[in-house]
Amino acid sequence: MNSLYNKKVRYRDEVLKALIYLSSLLVFALVLMMIVFILVKALPYLNLAFFTTAKSTLKGTDGILSNMINTIYVIVVTLLIACPIGIGGAIYLSEYAKNQKFVEIISFALEVLSGIPSIIYGLFGMIFFGEKLGLGYSILNGSLTLSLMILPILTRNAQLALSNVPQSYREAARGIGAQKWYMIRTVLLPSAIPGILTGIILAMGRIVAESAVLIFTAGAGYFMPSSILGHILKSGGTLTVRLYFEMNNANYSAAFMIALLLVVVVLGMNALAKWIARRFDVNGG
Amino acid sequence: MDSKIQVNQVNLYYGSKHALKNVSMEIPSHQITAFIGPSGCGKSTFLKIFNRMQDYVDNVKISGDIILDGENIYDPRVDPTILRKKVGMVFQQPNPFPMSIYDNVAYGPRVHGIKNKVKLDAIVRESLEQAALYEEVKDRLYSSALGLSGGQQQRLCIARCLAVKPEVILLDEPTSALDPISTSKIEELLMTLKEHYTIIIVTHNMQQAARISDKTAFFLLGEMIEYNDTMEIFANPKDKRTEDYITGRFG
Repeated sequence: MNSLYNKKVRYRDEVLKALIYLSSLLVFALVLMMIVFILVKALPYLNLAFFTTAKSTLKGTDGILSNMINTIYVIVVTLLIACPIGIGGAIYLSEYAKNQKFVEIISFALEVLSGIPSIIYGLFGMIFFGEKLGLGYSILNGSLTLSLMILPILTRNAQLALSNVPQSYREAARGIGAQKWYMIRTVLLPSAIPGILTGIILAMGRIVAESAVLIFTAGAGYFMPSSILGHILKSGGTLTVRLYFEMNNANYSAAFMIALLLVVVVLGMNALAKWIARRFDVNGG
Repeated sequence: MDSKIQVNQVNLYYGSKHALKNVSMEIPSHQITAFIGPSGCGKSTFLKIFNRMQDYVDNVKISGDIILDGENIYDPRVDPTILRKKVGMVFQQPNPFPMSIYDNVAYGPRVHGIKNKVKLDAIVRESLEQAALYEEVKDRLYSSALGLSGGQQQRLCIARCLAVKPEVILLDEPTSALDPISTSKIEELLMTLKEHYTIIIVTHNMQQAARISDKTAFFLLGEMIEYNDTMEIFANPKDKRTEDYITGRFG
């Protein structure tokens, strides 16, 4: 009666287990299907000229080089604007702010910011930066607007990373006479870098994927930059914006080639984020 | 005997909690002074007063004077950075920075403006030697301090503290997280260091206080009950409460 050898097959467990396997398989299959779909659609048209020329009626080329440049341009300018503000804000919130109420208000504001649909950022950018400040459709306008949008990701990640730095490091640094900023610079920020970098890469992902904001603010310009600095005030469409317009024009071959490039870039960034997390995981490694 | 620090009528409040009550004492120079007492008696709180680590705790109010070499360390003109160069601290849990062994020891001198590589090299070596760690780590000065054992990490923290050439060293239960062998190494080390430094150590381990300290102060519920030569305290406690504590009747 009380023998140990009475193992029963528990059917409910087995069924649930099968379902769980199935759903994880489905997730994987969907990702795979999408990538294969894009590959199949894009591969027949793949040609080098598409990636090495810009769209030009004069030269008769129809490539996306200018859009690739614009994308990089937007990423760089946006990060240049948003990183100091986001990381600075995080340092303030985690190391300087004394008033808990105030910290809560700012955290709430960041939550609100991150919940706003991106098209509303686009509208705001168009009206405020574009019309009121006279930036029109320009890369600068797009970057300023995107900065607002990615601020919560940057701040939140940096804040989290800083709050994960052991309290004992702060004690040790203060105990030896380090002034606050010196301690932040030499001990806290280096320890928090993996978290901060993760935030930056996630933000880059958002920038690369964004189209609604940019259609309204950076426009769809496809000319090659004539000067690096001057380009910031020109309209410049990123890859996603170009993709959007190619779809509108039913130019599917171009659309899928851009899609393929975007998928590769996003996968690459994910891999990079993972690598950074792993590389720095061992504290101090 | 020269006294290094005079404490006059110190009171400390955490909010409405009266955590230190009217403490007065003199800490002798170049000796080891131990603070003993049960958990929550205020001994660690008292220790942190000497280098103003209480500045970073909210809602703390301190009154009274702490005079270090004739200067009141709570005077508004005091620069905490200079104070902490003079009064170093070693914490309960070894807390090396996630940097190389070298950079850990060089951290303090760098804080205080020493940049010259030759000078730093000399300080790092000298401090590690003083902390009896140099021989064990000389071949891996540039690898992470977090790879050291707990006892080595604590000696590294002592070296980091010594590197700014303090005059007073505060130790807050420095061996409570360590094994007996590491503990005895650190005790031996402290005995040799008192030649050059004034040492104040908080310990919950009475044998440790008896082994290494010259003076012992017994704290209970925020009051300093008794303060005397260590031999006297352990052989002839004057107060019944001290006697009860050291004979293990409570703790």
